[in-house]
Amino acid sequence: MQQRQAFDIALKELKLKLLHMGGDVQESIRHAVAAVLKHDKALAERVIERDREVNRQDHETEDLCIRLIATQQPVAGDLRRIVAGMRLAVDLERMGDLAVDLAKTALRLTAPPAPDVAHHLQEMAQAVDGMVSEGLNAYVNSDPDAARRLAEMDDAVDRDYRLLVERLFADGPDASGTPQERMLIAFCGRYLERIGDHVTNIGESVLYILTGERSDLN
Amino acid sequence: MGKSMTVRRLNAWYGAHQVLHEIDMDIEENRVTAIIGPSGCGKSTFIRCLNRMHETHPQARVEGDIRLAGESLFDLDPVDVRRMVGMVFQKPNPFPTMSIFDNIAIGLKLAGVRRSSELRDRVERALRMAALWDEVKDRLAKPATALSGGQQQRLCIARALAVEPEVLLMDEPASALDPISTMRIEELIEEIKQTYTVVIVTHNMQQAARIADKTAFFYQGHLIEMDDTTQMFTKPKDKRTEDYITGRFG
Repeated sequence: MQQRQAFDIALKELKLKLLHMGGDVQESIRHAVAAVLKHDKALAERVIERDREVNRQDHETEDLCIRLIATQQPVAGDLRRIVAGMRLAVDLERMGDLAVDLAKTALRLTAPPAPDVAHHLQEMAQAVDGMVSEGLNAYVNSDPDAARRLAEMDDAVDRDYRLLVERLFADGPDASGTPQERMLIAFCGRYLERIGDHVTNIGESVLYILTGERSDLN
Repeated sequence: MGKSMTVRRLNAWYGAHQVLHEIDMDIEENRVTAIIGPSGCGKSTFIRCLNRMHETHPQARVEGDIRLAGESLFDLDPVDVRRMVGMVFQKPNPFPTMSIFDNIAIGLKLAGVRRSSELRDRVERALRMAALWDEVKDRLAKPATALSGGQQQRLCIARALAVEPEVLLMDEPASALDPISTMRIEELIEEIKQTYTVVIVTHNMQQAARIADKTAFFYQGHLIEMDDTTQMFTKPKDKRTEDYITGRFG
């Protein structure tokens, strides 16, 4: 039983690592969005700097999973938690990279976006932030309903993205901002939309842990 | 080719103590079926019923139906049953006073093989099948006890295979062996399932996961769950199976 105790402690450690990483990534996304909206270059630099820490957490989580596979030969629910843990870490790391992409866009912009575009972008960012919270809740509470809700939330984010792009390019040559700036804002929408897709992957991993079944939430 | 076995409503006792309860199982031909479960769950008793060895115990009793390719074991002579359903035990048990050759030839002689050329051929075939021929071909007259533990176990497998059974039962065949010998036995099981049906009792979960096509979990004399091995080790249906294979008890 001693060995199982050590294994249980290690599985809890895996969960805590992922939650910690998830919290950090969520904060990076929030800061990156704020950097774009407020044209805050210092904040953007901090997001880029912080990504190293997220990458380190990804490697640490992967190392823990590899060690558990090698030493514990996990099966059944244990195996699913560890395999899904590795996938979760990869999704979170990619979400961190997308936060960096947002932050780099903030550095390229010459001014904050126009108010109506900023409004659209902010609404989309809030919807994505809600998805990240729901994804992490689904994982920590082992909640299949929360995981499944992510599919609907992602549809809403996809709609927001479409509206943002339509708004950006609806006015033709009379629109506010240069074409290059409008493109940069469209990219921001694209990065947020991709983050939403990674959160649906988190939902799929949660459902795999709970049921052993593959699902498609995106 | 190996044959299938079907078990229906099998109950077994030692004296007043019932060790198996209403076991139903289909054992597919040319497949490896692993039986897992904690000590005392009835898994060894179960496979001993499959070649009517259980009933050789003075206080043992058995009820139910066991069929080999549709034919009831209880309509057959027990000696014939044990020829058709061979068994390999946990501890290698070669005949200590006999040579390597005679250990295998004795079963064939008892089965009526007299011609020495045929004996030689069949001993060689059995040793080749058990992946032991190359290691012993130059010392067939040496005592079997001169072999290592792993070689002795392969000799016992060769002895069981020599009489060409339909089914081979193995009761923890690698638990007393080092990792390399264990690997050789596992490779051997993979090989021989082309020709035989194999039922193996093992305490080693990873071994079951590696070599078995089907896995059955026994607990307190009941068959709790039986499924494809991959299914059993990734998403078992019964919580007791999950708890056992993940080391929460047993």
